Amino acid sequence: MTRPLITSAQNTWCPGCGNFALQHTLKNLLSDREKEGKSLDDVVLVSGIGCHAKIADYLNINSFYSLHGRAIPAATGIKLANPALTVICCVGDGDAYAEGLDHLIFAAKRNIDITVIVHNNRVYGLTTGQYTPTSPLGFKGKSTPSGTAEYPLNPVELMLASGAGFIARGYTRKMDLLKGLIREGIAHRGFAFIDVLQICATFFPATDYYDSHVYELPATGSGNFEAACALAREWDYNSDARIALGTFFTRVSPSFEERMIPVPVRKEERERAIQVLLEART
Amino acid sequence: MNDVSVLIGGKAGEGINSAGAIVAQLLNHLGYRIYIYFDYPSLIRGGHNFAIIRGSERDIGTCRNPVDFVLALNEETIERHKEKHSQNTVIIANKDLVKNAAYGIPVKAILAEEKAPVIMGNSALIGGFARVAGIEWEVVDAVFRRHLPKGADQNLAVAKRAFDLFDPVRPIKKGGNLPQSLVSGNEAIGLGLIRGGLDAYISYPMTPSSGILHFLAELKERFGISVVHPENEIAVILMALGFAYAGKKSAVGTSGGGFCLMTEGLSFAGMAEIPLVLVVSQRTGPSTGLPTFTGQADLQFVLHAGQGEFPRMIVAPGDAQEALFWSERAMDIAWECQCPVFILADKTLSEGTYSIDPAAARPLSGPGAFLWNGSVPYRRYEKAESGISPLAFPGTTDAVVKVNSYMHDEAGITTEDAESSNQMTEKRLKKWETLIEMAQHPPCVTQSGIPGASTALLCWGSVKGVCDEAAAELGIRVVRPIVLAPFPVDPIKQALRGVTRLIVVEENATAQLAALAERHGIIAHEKILRYDGRPFTVDDLVARVKEAGI
Repeated sequence: MTRPLITSAQNTWCPGCGNFALQHTLKNLLSDREKEGKSLDDVVLVSGIGCHAKIADYLNINSFYSLHGRAIPAATGIKLANPALTVICCVGDGDAYAEGLDHLIFAAKRNIDITVIVHNNRVYGLTTGQYTPTSPLGFKGKSTPSGTAEYPLNPVELMLASGAGFIARGYTRKMDLLKGLIREGIAHRGFAFIDVLQICATFFPATDYYDSHVYELPATGSGNFEAACALAREWDYNSDARIALGTFFTRVSPSFEERMIPVPVRKEERERAIQVLLEART
Repeated sequence: MNDVSVLIGGKAGEGINSAGAIVAQLLNHLGYRIYIYFDYPSLIRGGHNFAIIRGSERDIGTCRNPVDFVLALNEETIERHKEKHSQNTVIIANKDLVKNAAYGIPVKAILAEEKAPVIMGNSALIGGFARVAGIEWEVVDAVFRRHLPKGADQNLAVAKRAFDLFDPVRPIKKGGNLPQSLVSGNEAIGLGLIRGGLDAYISYPMTPSSGILHFLAELKERFGISVVHPENEIAVILMALGFAYAGKKSAVGTSGGGFCLMTEGLSFAGMAEIPLVLVVSQRTGPSTGLPTFTGQADLQFVLHAGQGEFPRMIVAPGDAQEALFWSERAMDIAWECQCPVFILADKTLSEGTYSIDPAAARPLSGPGAFLWNGSVPYRRYEKAESGISPLAFPGTTDAVVKVNSYMHDEAGITTEDAESSNQMTEKRLKKWETLIEMAQHPPCVTQSGIPGASTALLCWGSVKGVCDEAAAELGIRVVRPIVLAPFPVDPIKQALRGVTRLIVVEENATAQLAALAERHGIIAHEKILRYDGRPFTVDDLVARVKEAGI
């Protein structure tokens, strides 16, 4: 059954918000999936809390609208519970890099087969304009009116260090590339991470900067870790440099759910095992 | 009444726990019901560990002073526990380390003669104890072979040498019972969850709940379950909610500190109506507190944890048998009501070992989870008289399953509409009524001691054992709610009929059950509280009740 891919929920993103491009991209990917004869019943979208997360209301697919920072552990539980599901995790930069950083690192370390898409606008939008872990040094937000006193994280480098098997960066104004990256991420067997640069039309309108600095990497991802590290350091989310878009690193290894999946035991078998155990304790 | 207590003590890492388990099995095979209390500091090696193994002809869940036998692996075991000795206490000790023990065993020499490793030294003490206590060698032989099958011959040879050193000077009478299963409270909780259909147990280690994690991890293949130990308790509860959303029954386990981290996830479970069983095993707080000691100071915390208002059930089993029963029941209730259900335990229950009857009745299974019948469109939070909407799981054809931590509409889509907010809040709160009904079957309040007595002890959780014994001795009644939320006010009032003097017994400093009862119009006249991390003993409680006045 084909279904309308967008719900009737009223869209409340600001005009010009980068989230529209991401929603459109995901919608197109879902539509492609249906055309390929795959059911959308097996897709689950897990979101955190923030502007990005409204996508859970807008896309007409299974969704788990989680807590701030807590999309990834929920997505991990869902995938472990039913490995046949395709689990896509939409998270914000505050969500994934601040409140829930531990979960992001552990998901990469475990190689759980979920696709994490970070809507990285480098500012807290929904809480009306504070700095995030990827805001540049000196960023003036409502909680840092005289500018931040800390350097941003480099999430690409962080994910390399954490053992992620698919690491990419996209940009909402390069939609064809973005669609390709997310498609690859979903197809990747294991943990996939895509940092998506997007502007916040209200609090961080960096369109001109990104447009003039981004360039595309060769289409095929590299399995060369050292080269990926060097490439990741080209732009540190702070200084003025070229910004690579594309796949930084890919490596396929056994996924967490493959290693963890239990062999089911029937109810009667379980009860027999309990009786055996209790008998052994007499 | 035949009743015997054995204290075994030494340094951490010397196998006090496993030696205690063998002593317990000896008493089990002599026809006694068992309770083992294990006391240890928060360290890995060294320090003083001791276990008290008590056998009685009736069901027990507590210790008594004085102890009848002391098995001392070192001098400290004798010095430290002098207050637990009587004139008749028999001390059996390792002669190499303890001077002047009445029954000294040359452990080193025995091990040398049998070419046995140091770890078998405890078998010598057990052998010596068995003889002094008049336990027949056949029983010792059978218990070692059954419960220490690896190296049984050599252990038995070591034990026999010590056995032959003494005479049966303090024989224990045979009890009238058949051996039962000896399990810890944590194991009973794990088995109950399995019976309840557990698919995934998720936990971050924290004393005294870790035993459940270890037990289920060890047996996960046998039961066909997932056992996951994630990065922290926040991930624990969110993963568990992910499992449940995908249709798998999950449970989490922790203690107070870990539960602090779970409260945002708990509130989410309440809002999103995701079934979940949470085991919270209390230790002495606040904060890190006394990590390896007991307490009942988290009742009000568990009762109120999480922002906002949502229904929850709290069950506080009093011993391993009840833990087995109610853990199974908790899983059923969580899935029938789509809400969080707590098993509130403590160190005494979790790490204590009890006799349980493997053939004891199991809870009657309820109707099970209310599942979607396929009528399109699926709406996760469809209006329902009972407040309980049909469940469907992702992967189901034509069901778009949307759960949401925001206020949401019937389809699970965020709403800020005032009318919808009211409706959804009322829908969730309606489940309290279903929970109240569910709490009645089986009985959620127990009455023990002397039924007609006009003085009653009101208590909860693991103090069951000590209150029951003290009350029997004092000729008074015990009323104990097993379900603490929704608070079973009518059944408690019924059980208290004719009571003119009510004494609350709790292992906390502020009488948390008393406060809860008072809110419902049940007023305690006296409060007997203990909060040093050690459980009440029978003699201790009897004296305190007498002091308070019956």
